[in-house]
Amino acid sequence: MAEISIAGQDTYNYKVVRQFAIMTIIWGIVGMSVGVFIAAELTWPWLNMDIPYLTFSRLRPLHTNAVIFAFGGSALFATSYYIVQRTCHVRLFSDKLAAVTFWGWQLVIVLAAITLPLGLTSTKEYAELEWPIDILITVIWVAYAIVFFGTLYKRKVSHIYVANWFFAAFIITIAILHIFNNLAVPVSMWKSYSAYAGVQDAMVQWWYGHNAVGFFLTAGFLGMMYYFVPKQAERPVYSYRLSIVHFWALIFTYIWAGPHHLHYTALPDWTQTLGMVMSLILLAPSWGGMINGIMTLSGAWEKLRSDPILRFMIVAISFYGMSTFEGPMMAIKTVNALSHYTDWTIGHVHSGALGWVAMITMGSMYYLIPRLFGRKLYSLKLVEVHFWVATIGVVLYAVAMWVSGIMQGLMWRAVNADGTLTYSFVESVQAMHPYYMTRWLGGTLFLTGMLIMAYNIFRTVVSSEVAVVNDKIPAPH
Amino acid sequence: MFESSLFTSQFWEWFIIIPTVLGIIACFALIIWLGGGRPKDGKVKTMGHVWDGDLAELNNPLPRWWLYMFYLTLIFSIIYLILYPGLGSFAGILNWSETNAYEEEMAEAEARYGPIFAKYAEEPIETLVQKPDAIKLGHSLYMTYCTTCHGSDARGVRGFPNLRDDDWLYGGQATTIETTIMHGRNGNMPTAEMNGLKTKADINNITQYVISLSRKPDDRLAAVQGEKIFKRVCFACHGMTGTGFQALGAPNLTDDISLYGASRSKIRETITYGRQGKMPAHGDFLGKAKVHLLATYIYSLSLKK
Repeated sequence: MAEISIAGQDTYNYKVVRQFAIMTIIWGIVGMSVGVFIAAELTWPWLNMDIPYLTFSRLRPLHTNAVIFAFGGSALFATSYYIVQRTCHVRLFSDKLAAVTFWGWQLVIVLAAITLPLGLTSTKEYAELEWPIDILITVIWVAYAIVFFGTLYKRKVSHIYVANWFFAAFIITIAILHIFNNLAVPVSMWKSYSAYAGVQDAMVQWWYGHNAVGFFLTAGFLGMMYYFVPKQAERPVYSYRLSIVHFWALIFTYIWAGPHHLHYTALPDWTQTLGMVMSLILLAPSWGGMINGIMTLSGAWEKLRSDPILRFMIVAISFYGMSTFEGPMMAIKTVNALSHYTDWTIGHVHSGALGWVAMITMGSMYYLIPRLFGRKLYSLKLVEVHFWVATIGVVLYAVAMWVSGIMQGLMWRAVNADGTLTYSFVESVQAMHPYYMTRWLGGTLFLTGMLIMAYNIFRTVVSSEVAVVNDKIPAPH
Repeated sequence: MFESSLFTSQFWEWFIIIPTVLGIIACFALIIWLGGGRPKDGKVKTMGHVWDGDLAELNNPLPRWWLYMFYLTLIFSIIYLILYPGLGSFAGILNWSETNAYEEEMAEAEARYGPIFAKYAEEPIETLVQKPDAIKLGHSLYMTYCTTCHGSDARGVRGFPNLRDDDWLYGGQATTIETTIMHGRNGNMPTAEMNGLKTKADINNITQYVISLSRKPDDRLAAVQGEKIFKRVCFACHGMTGTGFQALGAPNLTDDISLYGASRSKIRETITYGRQGKMPAHGDFLGKAKVHLLATYIYSLSLKK
């Protein structure tokens, strides 16, 4: 495969972007496969075959870590490196450090894939990795910050493009969240105890947990949206003013929202109240991003008919809008009293994770990868197929979990005339079975879409056409 | 109105109050500052910056409906923070608290449902067991509080006794069952080490003897050896003939019912590591009347045989 760079002199660093982009797809398949398997385990519990490494309890953190940090993480590294270079008109601050972040991040993922099935866990949701891996993550994240901010610093354009604001907020906040949530006292190589106790520990955990959603899965991916949507639509961003308002309001408000995960617990009333109030305020800032994404298309609506890549992006933004409406609603204490601990939460998370995070990533990768390798996308038809398979998958998943979750909530609170519970817990488990099958089917479809994408991308990358990579840095004007 | 019990010092209260209030003010300021800017001629211009060849930004005004929604959530929040606890230890003018709300609801439920259970409380279980409505009530309670361990069919699972057979660890009389539910039970089979059994051979021999109590042992000779140790050590709880002792909750080893499994490896495991069975006490949170009905239901199960 011959490769011609039309570079005169200076080029962007595409190598690290290519590496992360390809790993995005590979880790996506791995993480979603584990997800489909554990969804099957919930439906047919004998599937764990009494092998401890295959139990739901050990594979579930593997699934969440793989899809969030391996799939989502690689996507964020790839796109932030690409975008920061192309919107600053300079090469990455350091190729070596960028390579360190790639290989280091892959090492973290491999270590996670080994330690989690072995049952080595700090037990903190979305932060299960034990302290040596946490330290490794910290080191790599600092390297990432140096590469990103170093590139921003030596930019050749005066204004910082909006996508980079979001990436910047994401990198800084994740560093703080990761460090403070994982503070622990190690007692051996693979065992540590949290530095916090009781309800403080729970609060720190959800301050982290909700902002992993807010800054990793929202701010980071909004950065992605702000570059790839206007690029693919060939339209300017709808409103600069709106991006300022929603950026600042979003990053200010998100950081408070964590306590809504601990409604009606030992958490003090004032903390629960603030969590709820800030989650409600979060609605408008979140929708600001949705409006800016969707309205960027105004004047180019007809493109949706012919361009499945753009369709991925629009559906992603729609799911973003939907789940950021659902989130504040679920944070209201009276709604939470019904929804908490039910599958509704799982449905909410996945309409965000599959609908928003994965779909915007897919759209962005379909745009990005052919350009990185200087080739034409192998098949737009397959993108179309992928789009429909994935969309049906998300809808099946989310609807199944909504129905199942609301049903659980209602069954758990139903009381007889004598005040005893109408249903025992096991009856609610039994009632969930058909919805668990539907969820598994939805997940399987979504994974199938990912496999179609992998095939399409593989054929694109290995195509025999001569590669023309446009990685030239424009001359300063 | 301020009580600082939640905070170790006034500093922490203001540490919460100030950023909350300033944050909400800042949100207001942000949307007031940037909420205008509607172009007079209706034409929206780009900002004039271009990145990466063709990336540009228009500067459309904020959509009105969105702006109003933002104001609405902010105003709602301010009202909510005045009514409910949120700003440091300011209790809110409604004086609502989670603890009070819980206690009120519990009192209400007690007033409403308490009498339904109370009317059975004085009747002895032996006659209550003839009344279908009492059994039905007991069953409802069972399905809520007991199924997690004993199963919805009350047949138990490994480590959690079957309540439908006629074998009882602590006794199957109505009052004993009631005591078990009321105060709980702590089963304690000591480890081999605690029993002074040091060698593997000792453990093997007793294992064979215990097997021989209910079926043919794999190794007769070992069983004979084991019997000597059994009658020196194990008899204290399980009795000389191995039929158990209900006052201690020591199971009968001569029948074919086994809580932790009757295979050789499971018996060896029990002897080596001991067992800690735990039936939680329910008296404190269910109250006498409900425990009475639960005991009635459990007692009824063994009568059906």
